[in-house]
Amino acid sequence: MAYRTNAMICMCTNCVSNGALRIKDSLEAGIRDRGLQDEIQIVPTGASGLCVRGPILIVQPEGIFYQSLKVEDIPHLVEEHFLKGRPVTSLMYTPPGEKTPIPVIRDIPFFKSQRLIALRNRGLIDPSKIEEYIANDGYRALLKVLTAMTPEQVIKEIKDSGLRGRGGAGFLTGRKWESAAMHDADQKFIICNADEGDPGAFMDRSIIEADPHSIIEGMAIAGYAVGASRGIVYIRTEYPLAIETIAAAVEQARGYGLLGEDILELGFDFDVTIFRGAGAFVCGESSAMRASIQGEPPEPSAKHTHATEKGLWEKPTVLNNVETLANVPVIINWGAKWFAQIGTETSKGTKVFSLAGNVVNAGLVEVPMGTTLREIIYDIGGGIPGNKAFKAAQTGGPSGGCVPAELLDLPVDYESLEKAGSMMGSGGMVIMDEDTCMADVSRYFVDFLRDESCGKCTSCREGLNAMYFMLGSICEGKGREGDLELLEELSEAIKLASLCQLGQTAPNLVLTTLRYFRDEYHAHIRERRCPAGVCKALITYRIDPERCKACLLCNKSCPAGAISGEKKKPQEIEPEKCIKCGVCRDVCKFEAVTVQ
Amino acid sequence: MSRITPGDLDRISEEVKSRIHLRKGIARARVLVHMGTCGIAAGARAVMIALIRELEARQLHDVALVTSSCAGLCSREPMITVEIKDTPPVKYVNLTGEKAREIVEKHIVGGQIVSDYALSVGSERVL
Repeated sequence: MAYRTNAMICMCTNCVSNGALRIKDSLEAGIRDRGLQDEIQIVPTGASGLCVRGPILIVQPEGIFYQSLKVEDIPHLVEEHFLKGRPVTSLMYTPPGEKTPIPVIRDIPFFKSQRLIALRNRGLIDPSKIEEYIANDGYRALLKVLTAMTPEQVIKEIKDSGLRGRGGAGFLTGRKWESAAMHDADQKFIICNADEGDPGAFMDRSIIEADPHSIIEGMAIAGYAVGASRGIVYIRTEYPLAIETIAAAVEQARGYGLLGEDILELGFDFDVTIFRGAGAFVCGESSAMRASIQGEPPEPSAKHTHATEKGLWEKPTVLNNVETLANVPVIINWGAKWFAQIGTETSKGTKVFSLAGNVVNAGLVEVPMGTTLREIIYDIGGGIPGNKAFKAAQTGGPSGGCVPAELLDLPVDYESLEKAGSMMGSGGMVIMDEDTCMADVSRYFVDFLRDESCGKCTSCREGLNAMYFMLGSICEGKGREGDLELLEELSEAIKLASLCQLGQTAPNLVLTTLRYFRDEYHAHIRERRCPAGVCKALITYRIDPERCKACLLCNKSCPAGAISGEKKKPQEIEPEKCIKCGVCRDVCKFEAVTVQ
Repeated sequence: MSRITPGDLDRISEEVKSRIHLRKGIARARVLVHMGTCGIAAGARAVMIALIRELEARQLHDVALVTSSCAGLCSREPMITVEIKDTPPVKYVNLTGEKAREIVEKHIVGGQIVSDYALSVGSERVL
C-alpha cells in the first residue's frame, strides 16, 4: 500500500513527555474523520534533534517541519495541510529574533549544518520496523563482512578508519577489537555500553530510540571480528522507552535470523541479550559494569589485565559505547578511507552532542570532529537566549571541564578539549550564560559526583566530600585565603589516588573553573561578593525606586511577604524577611529589581 | 516472520523502499493536486486516489504527490500542476481519474505534455 504523504511524528522520550502520544491519537482520529487513512501514513520515529521544540511532526515529501504542537492544533492542521494542501504557518519554526517561519526542515540552520552518520536514520524510519532499517542499507554491512571479509580485514578496516571510542576515553576501536581477537577463549563478549549517566546527556538514549538496529548490527560485526558469539546491551532502567525499543528490535532480528544461530545461513552465531542496570553512574566504568553483570557490588577493580584479555566472567570482552557501534556499519559499507576524510588529523568522523542549558536550540546535534564551539553554539544552537553573553561550555559530563568564552573558536576534538583541561566525554555539552556562577556550578557537579562515588577509594569518597564542603563555604561567603590552593592540592590527590577513571577525572571541573575563572572565586573569598548574582548568602535584592511603577506585582508574588509599600508608591524589600528566591525579579516587568 | 537468507535483504529493501522513498524529499517530479474547497467539490479526491494508484502501479518512487490549495480557476477544477525538474510547470484542468492516469503515462513517464487537457505552461508571477 502506497501513501502520498508520510507524517513522521517524533516519539522520543522528550516528545512523549511533552504530550506526543496524545498528538498522535488526535492525528489518527483527524485523518480517519477526513477519510484520508489510505493516503496519509503516520510514522512514529525517534528524536529529530530539535528536542526543545517538541512535540515535532515532519510531513514528507514536502519536508514541512511542525513544532511545539498542542492537541488543539491538530484538527486545523489535518484539514488545512492534509486535506487542502495549505501548510500551517503558525505551527512552523521561526528562528529567534525573526518574523518569517522556515517551512522546510532542510532550510532550518539547526539541521542544515549537521552531518549525520551515527544518527543517519533519525526521523527517517520507524524504529519498530526492521524492514525500514533494511531498506536504508541495514544489515548490508553484516552481510558484507560475513560473505566477503575475514575477521582480520574487518579489524583492519575499523582501525584504518580511525574510529575512536565515543564513550569518553577515545581509545581506538579497531585496536580494542584486535586485542580481543588475539586472545583465544571458548567464549568472548561484546558489551554495548548504554549506561549513559551524565547530567544533561541523552545521545545514547536517542540513538537507541531512533535506530536500534544500527547498534545490533554494529555488535554483530564486532562479534564476527573478535570471535564472540554473545552480546550484551547494558542499559539503565531509567530509560524505559529505549529498553522497550532495543528489546523489540532484538526480537525482530532474531525472528529474521539476523541474530541467533547460523545468521543469514552463513554459519555465524551471535545473539544479544539486554541487561538492565540500576542506573549508578559508576556502572559506566568497565570493571564496575563487569561486576554489576556478574551480580557483584558495582565497584571498579584494579586492571592488571585488560578486559580484552580477561573481562566479563574472565573472558575476552569488548566494551563499546552505543555511538561507537552505530558508526561501525557505515564504515564497513562506505569504507575506512571515506570515514577517515571526515574530521581532524587525530579525531575522525563525527560526534553527537546533546546541547543543553542556556542555548536556544537545545537538542541533539551531530557534527564533524573539529567543528568549533562557536559553530555548535551559535550556528546550530542559535546562540544564548535573551541575547545574554556566553560564559562557558561544560563538556564531557561531570568528568569534563569548563571551556571559557576565550576558547569559543576551539575545534572540538579529543586532543583540543584535553589541552583545554576538559574532555570529549560521551558528548554532553551544557552551555552557561553570564548569569551562571562558576563556584556554584562546581559545587553542583561535585555534589553529583560525591553522591555517585561508589565509595571504594578513600580519596574519591572523602576527597570529594571535603571539596564539596569547601566549595559550599566559598559560596556562603565563608571562604578563606588559601582555600583555592587547598582545592587544587586535594584535586591532585584525588586524581593520583583513585582507582578508576571516574575518581581520576572527578576534579576536572573544579580545576578548569579555577584555571579560567579564578577572579570569580577571589570575589567570593576576598570581597564576599558573587559577581553573577547567584550565591544567596552574598547577594541582596533591591527595588530601584526610580524604575518601580508601583504595580504591586512583586508585592503579591513574594512568598515570604518581604515586600511592602503603599499603593502608587515604590515598593521596598525587607532584607530580614527576604529569602532571595528571585520571584520578584522574575515577575517585574520594568527591571526594577536588582541584585547586588 | 521467518528466517531470511542473503537474497531476501534485497527483496525486503525493494519492497519497503517504494513506500519510504518519499521521506527523503528527493523527487524528479512533483504533482500538485489543487484541493481547495472548489477542487474537492469538483472531484479532486478521485483524481488524487487515481494518481496514488497509478504512481504505485508504475513504481514511480521519484515522483512526489502533494496537495495544494485552490489555483484560482475554480470553474475548471479538478486541476493539477505537473512540475518536472528543470522544465516549466504545466497546469491541467477539468480532470477525472482516467485523464490523470493518462497524464502520468504521457507526461511524467513519456515527457510529452498532454495538450488536450493542458491549460497553460508556466506559472503566474509571484511578487
